[in-house]
Amino acid sequence: MAKRIRQFGVLLAGLTLLLLISACGKPVADSDALARAQQTGKIVWGVKADTRLFGLMNTKTGKIEGFEVDMAKALTKQILGQSGKAELTQITSDTRVPMLKAGNVDAVIGTMSITPDRQKVLNFSKSYFSAGQSLLVPKGSKIHSVKDLKQGTSVIGVQGSNSVDNIKKAAPAARVLQLADYSQAFTALKSHQGDALTTDNGILYGMSQQDPSYVVVGGTFTTEPYGIAMNKGQDRLTKAMNKALDQLDKNGTYERLLKKWFSDVPGFDVKEVHP
Amino acid sequence: MINIFTTNFGPLISGLGYTLLSSIIALVASLIIGTVFALLEISHKKWVRVIGKAYVEFIRNIPLLVITMAFYVIVPQFIVQMDGFTAGTIGLTIYTSAFIAETVRAGIGAVPVGQMEGARSNGLTYTQAMVQIVFPQAIKIVVPSLGNQFINLVKNSSVLAFVAGFDLMYQGKLIAAATFNTFDTYLVVGVLYLVVTMPMSYAMRYLEKHWSRA
Repeated sequence: MAKRIRQFGVLLAGLTLLLLISACGKPVADSDALARAQQTGKIVWGVKADTRLFGLMNTKTGKIEGFEVDMAKALTKQILGQSGKAELTQITSDTRVPMLKAGNVDAVIGTMSITPDRQKVLNFSKSYFSAGQSLLVPKGSKIHSVKDLKQGTSVIGVQGSNSVDNIKKAAPAARVLQLADYSQAFTALKSHQGDALTTDNGILYGMSQQDPSYVVVGGTFTTEPYGIAMNKGQDRLTKAMNKALDQLDKNGTYERLLKKWFSDVPGFDVKEVHP
Repeated sequence: MINIFTTNFGPLISGLGYTLLSSIIALVASLIIGTVFALLEISHKKWVRVIGKAYVEFIRNIPLLVITMAFYVIVPQFIVQMDGFTAGTIGLTIYTSAFIAETVRAGIGAVPVGQMEGARSNGLTYTQAMVQIVFPQAIKIVVPSLGNQFINLVKNSSVLAFVAGFDLMYQGKLIAAATFNTFDTYLVVGVLYLVVTMPMSYAMRYLEKHWSRA
């Protein structure tokens, strides 16, 4: 009996320790990120590595490439000067908020829509890209728009992206399957795990460009302004980001980068996404 | 932390249900498949032994996630449609069966050869001797390590989260993403896994003591 009580005691002690850890500890996330960046000469960016056109790992060179990666580099130079370095860290839709909160990254530029819920816990810059949610289906699919997602159909989404909440509202009868990242979600669509894949049109166009037997249908049914996310309270860095975004827009860098990545995407209108 | 649990009670409990269901199916199935391959591994015919050995070596040296993804992604494209829960449970079964095969084979090997020889010289066939004499003794020997495998199996069932299998880990990931409260969510998920695995751990310890006395 005494032994059992002791075992229980050990378990209890373990749990208490966990609770204590959760209650205390103030990480680097709350110190001024702009001051730190100026000191070290670099900004640590969270970027996507699974999203064509925005941020995708080039398996040949081992580097992440895309519109957002170029934007991150341009913004860093704008804020820290020509010697400023952009350090890139891979994030996914479900790791980006925890990584910001823990201070692993200073800012996230990763197809992240500005939403009221997210604004409660994060700071956002102004929008740098106006996307809208749409559907990707195999060519010849019976699904032509979000209205066709009736009882018995299933839609694939990505964990931690707000497109999942939107589709639950737009097509409440459809079953929603959430996968870890976009490459997995697209693979699942190819494996017939769902009837359609839903997320922002920019990302879907990238998939359609990669495999033309899949097409974007039905237009957009939401508007998704992408913003750069920073931890709550990083107001100085947020201001610097907004200023840098304005400067990039004025000196033509922004439009040049947009054209560089999106000009050969079928059905894509640069004016439509310029906020 | 309590807050996360009460506000997401439904999803968490349903996730726990799927985790338990998947674990129970995989436990029964992997025990059967594992035992069959263990018997193949100790067969007198060389080619049968090779089949058993090849299966075990092949499966136990591949990550569980890779096996599961194969069933989720490749099998539906070429063979038969299956959802994430099915793919995950099959992956879990096959993966665990390789370890169980090794465990059971070791158990049979630990039964003194005299037991088999004695049974055979008393007129029992190989099958009779194996089933009635050697196997019951072997099971008692391997209970502790089988227990380990079963506890691992419950924890490994979190692989379902990667193929949208609606299990506890999957729900945890969704709640963490929705509430942005990663730490507390995974803490709750961890405690719920403990609720399943701790009693298993104690039950195994009881069985171990009970059977070693008999």
